[in-house]
Amino acid sequence: MSESQMDQKPVETNGIMSWIDARFPATETFEYHMSKYYAPKNVNWLYLFGWLATFVLVNQLLTGIWLTMNYIPSGDGAFASVEYIMRDVEFGWLIRYLHSTGASAFFLVIFLHMFRALAYGSYRGPRELVWLIGMAIFAVLMIEGFFGYLLPWGNMSYWGAQVIVSLVGAVPLIGPDLMEWVRGDFLMSDVALNRFFALHVVALPIVLLGLVFVHFVSLHHVGSNNPDGVEIKKNKDENGVPLDGIPFFPYIVVHDIDATVRFLFVFCLVVFFAPEMGGYFIEKPNFEVANPLKTPDHIAPVWYFTPYYAMLRAATFPLFGMDAKFWGLVTMAAAVIIPVALPWLDRSPVKSMRYKGWPSRIALGALCVSFVVLGWLGLQPATKIYTMLAQLFTLLYFAYFVLMPWYTRVEQTKPEPERVT
Amino acid sequence: MSTGDAVHDAPAGDSSNNDGSGRRYFLIQATSVVGAVGAVGAAWPFVSYWSPSEKAKALGAPVKIDVSKLGPGEMLSPIVAWRGKPVFVVHRDADTLASLETDTDLLADPNSEVAEQQPDFAVNSWRSQRKEYGIFLGICTHLGCSPKYLVTDNFAESGQGGFFCPCHGSKFDMAGRVVKGVPAPSNMEVPPYRFESDTVVVIG
Repeated sequence: MSESQMDQKPVETNGIMSWIDARFPATETFEYHMSKYYAPKNVNWLYLFGWLATFVLVNQLLTGIWLTMNYIPSGDGAFASVEYIMRDVEFGWLIRYLHSTGASAFFLVIFLHMFRALAYGSYRGPRELVWLIGMAIFAVLMIEGFFGYLLPWGNMSYWGAQVIVSLVGAVPLIGPDLMEWVRGDFLMSDVALNRFFALHVVALPIVLLGLVFVHFVSLHHVGSNNPDGVEIKKNKDENGVPLDGIPFFPYIVVHDIDATVRFLFVFCLVVFFAPEMGGYFIEKPNFEVANPLKTPDHIAPVWYFTPYYAMLRAATFPLFGMDAKFWGLVTMAAAVIIPVALPWLDRSPVKSMRYKGWPSRIALGALCVSFVVLGWLGLQPATKIYTMLAQLFTLLYFAYFVLMPWYTRVEQTKPEPERVT
Repeated sequence: MSTGDAVHDAPAGDSSNNDGSGRRYFLIQATSVVGAVGAVGAAWPFVSYWSPSEKAKALGAPVKIDVSKLGPGEMLSPIVAWRGKPVFVVHRDADTLASLETDTDLLADPNSEVAEQQPDFAVNSWRSQRKEYGIFLGICTHLGCSPKYLVTDNFAESGQGGFFCPCHGSKFDMAGRVVKGVPAPSNMEVPPYRFESDTVVVIG
């Protein structure tokens, strides 16, 4: 327990609650994580996405469990069972669209959640572990999304998985053998489908839940950051309560409920009226069953992978004796992994973008622009001009991280206030 | 965000008291009710998902049975399924039909008084629409086994045939009526059916 909670005695309970509390830390846990967990009073709307990600996670778990009740993980049965769910099962279409739209919503809220961390320096000490665990969640989520996309066994599922699994073949020396091992066959077949299914519905969700749990535990140990990047634990009253903190329950909870309702408005609009989102959430070739003999004319991943996909394709020339395919894999993997180093790359005396200088702001802006542009490029066919653009924006993306130790040290920062504003 | 201050704000003109607790109580109640309605609405598709799908319902569609080749004393073979359950179709001769009207002492429900076990047209001694054709779901009303058809000697005294369940020894007569003192509680079920012609019957 952090010091602020240790100063306070837990509320005395009576009746059935005291019976439970003597045997299980119910009231204590509720106080530690809710009614006596003090969130900064100046948190803004960008702080809603952590809760929304949790909400979408619950949606994915529930709808996912329901889908497995009718889904058949086999080369012969998978596509037909999805069509069966869509046409014949009561509300099957709704459960499936909640799940497929939920996947896109998950990445959207996670991207905004990560942007918040970048803008206000939430990755800085003492929250390095919160950030690292979060990055692990993001990586697992990407793998989970990739596995899940194969399951409908549509033609885009099939060839998307074919392309990504072939990437493994770019690993030096053991690549081809490794690729065969991942597929369990000499081509993508229902052997891979079955193991992806097992990982998607059992293994990775367990890992994900464990990581989310420790994400919360570490966050509640150090306390939430805020838009000013000022630690509220520096200023406490005589009871050890942060002067700029408000209890998570009920005040933040009420805001989260409000945000959930607003989120559901938008989410349901998509689920009911545009679940395919013009081919961005569910791609058109996926309405055809997987065909190992015919690649779709234009192959692109779902939108949340396109920035990384564009970086993969941006590597077009051999370097240091390794071929372009290998460097594509390295570039993509590095793009996913490099934010892990942020807590140690940022040398600024202040955390929040509010007090950082223009170089930091321009760098973050450039990162966001390059991420969006790369996302768009990942959807386009790889023409010469697009590939050059992708190379340019890939450099810009990495510049944000690689140059950070330099620009955060040299820039002119504003003084941080003593208290939050 | 100034939410914390709300604790101390007393809205003017509150009817119950001055600290706003009445208003807060109302707001919590109203929010909870709306939330509960929303939760039920959200649960609805998840609950419905478990009911029979369109495919299952299609499998429950009516089935046609041709009885033209069924001779007296015979039961239709192979057994036809309706909604996955075996349908017994027996052709009863005049002797058997006569015994159905007289041999009722051993039966638990000779007059088919349990309404769920048959359509109204089958509330009679032979429990069918046309006397000679007995049509039953071949499921024992005890624990769901499928009884055996015995052409004769299901009943030691009369020598009449009937249905005998090998699982727990329940006995039914040629009208699917259950015998007293066996585990099965009621007569065999008669499915809804109609004769499309003299030889074709539609079950369901």
